[in-house]
Amino acid sequence: MNNKITQNLYLLPYALWIVLFVIAPLLLVLYYSFFDIEGHFSLMNYMNFFTPVYMKMAFSSFWYAFLITFISLIFAYPTAYLLTKTRHKQLWLLLIIVPSWINLLLKAYAFLGIFGTKGIANSFLEAIGVGSKQILFTDFSFIFVSVYIFIPFMILPIFNSLNEMNPSLLDAANDLGASKWTTFRRVIFPLTINGVKSGCQVVFIPALSLFMLTRLIAGNRVITLGTAIEQHFLVTRDWGMGSTIAVFLIIIMFLIMSVTGNRKRGV
Amino acid sequence: MTNEIIQFRNVTKQYDDDPAVLDNVSFEIERGKFYTLLGPSGCGKTTILRLIAGFTEASEGDIYFNGKKINDVPANKRQVNTVFQDYALFPHLNVFENVAFGLRIKKMKNTEIQIKVKEALSFVNLEGYETREIRDMSGGQRQRVAIARAIVNEPEVILLDEPLSALDLKLRTEMQYELRELQRRLGITFIFVTHDQEEALAMSDEIFVLNKGKIQQSGTPIDIYDEPINRFVADFIGESNIVEGSMIKDYLVEFVGGQFECVDRGLNPDEPVEVVIRPEDLEITTLERGKLKVRVDSQLFRGVHYEISCYDIYGNEWLVHSTKRAAVGDEIGLYFDPEAIHVMRFGESEADFDRRLEAYTHGVVHEQ
Repeated sequence: MNNKITQNLYLLPYALWIVLFVIAPLLLVLYYSFFDIEGHFSLMNYMNFFTPVYMKMAFSSFWYAFLITFISLIFAYPTAYLLTKTRHKQLWLLLIIVPSWINLLLKAYAFLGIFGTKGIANSFLEAIGVGSKQILFTDFSFIFVSVYIFIPFMILPIFNSLNEMNPSLLDAANDLGASKWTTFRRVIFPLTINGVKSGCQVVFIPALSLFMLTRLIAGNRVITLGTAIEQHFLVTRDWGMGSTIAVFLIIIMFLIMSVTGNRKRGV
Repeated sequence: MTNEIIQFRNVTKQYDDDPAVLDNVSFEIERGKFYTLLGPSGCGKTTILRLIAGFTEASEGDIYFNGKKINDVPANKRQVNTVFQDYALFPHLNVFENVAFGLRIKKMKNTEIQIKVKEALSFVNLEGYETREIRDMSGGQRQRVAIARAIVNEPEVILLDEPLSALDLKLRTEMQYELRELQRRLGITFIFVTHDQEEALAMSDEIFVLNKGKIQQSGTPIDIYDEPINRFVADFIGESNIVEGSMIKDYLVEFVGGQFECVDRGLNPDEPVEVVIRPEDLEITTLERGKLKVRVDSQLFRGVHYEISCYDIYGNEWLVHSTKRAAVGDEIGLYFDPEAIHVMRFGESEADFDRRLEAYTHGVVHEQ
């Protein structure tokens, strides 16, 4: 009996945290989504969301998040694979993770310098004879910087799943006649799919609601749902519409989580 | 056509500047036999297996398979399959797909795969387990899946890398019988790696005893047990009493202060030798009848027999396996037949050793 009470006591801080900082804000967001800009109860926000303006924004959010996730994956998988083959893998891994400890804003400003009209990137382009280009405020710079920021979160889970894999499985596949490519397709990739899934989750979901980068690096040329929420809360002061978009984003995130959810397989 | 399927010619395997893992090894493997590579860990036995499978390359020397040099043939193109120590079953595939893996790569027709996998599973007594996941199988069952996955490809040689070491004693003994039986039924060559000498003696047609990257001795289990070539082999295979002595003349050897009749000959007079007597060849008797006088130091009950440790006056330990009890502290006599004495020369090569043994057997035939 006593034991149970102490056990519940330990849970108290966690429960408090969840209620105050997760459940309450979510409910508030849901509550605000039912009020229009004048403070009257209405469902207009939800109807507005399905107009072409917001649908386009939703689509472009998805599209950019997809691009960022996909490009991160393409670079992260081989990187993670090479990492598992190196002698000092923990050191190399650390070097890849270190940038993620630096504040996002700082990194964004650094890229403003690098990609600017008089930045290093342009000096380089001039030096090799291509000539100065507009790099900042393009799709390219937006995706480049986003991938740079998210890639450690993609590498880490993939690296872990590759690292956990029993190396004699590769010998076994080879022994049974599989070429390098077949071994990858039939053994390595299926066994690391959970790492790929969690990597995609931790990249795709935050990428959906990016807003600072869209402004700093993409110069508001890329409008995503994240940007829209920010605009509604800070500029137009239409908290109702902002909350509605947020509600949709949350629903979408839960959907993605359940689709890419891990079914644990014994190894 | 020769009966040799695998041949090693002066094969050396060395990593960087470390001492060679395999030092100028040559041997032949014949078709359809059960071979065991036996030795302590680090003796190079697994390296031989990996060289045959193609997971690693020889630093020097040539490896032949069916008379063709295969040094440069990649593992996935070799006619051998391996049963790994940790089984290396694919955790994302069920039993059927694990066994079918090799066949799918060969792009075999689905109907044919069904038949072959079923057959392979029945060979290892796993009918009806097709849809089981690997994680739901016990160690012994996983072992069988690993064997089925190897035999389904109908390789000419199956390599087994200490496959029984993870099983408990009872299951291990059972699997020893089953493996031996399976090899006989399939008629393909098995190369089995182990550090367990009992396993090697029980299962093999031929044993290679390895130590420090060299083959110490090869032969049938009986040859190796009865006529070990040197102290290492005598010590590694079974329990042995080994003492130094000298060969007085043919059929007479001197050790621990006495001269004893033996069956060895062809050595130089007064040549220093080592003498081996197996514990089960020593018989406890009275002091008068005993050829050796020893004091019983300790005694262990081993189930089938007592293991009695005795010391002679020179401080040599004599291990006796006997069904009779002895009393600790007693002086007893030990009796043995001339045939129980096995004489080993120092540094004798395997070829010379075989020639010498050959000579006795012929000699015996002539005298009769």
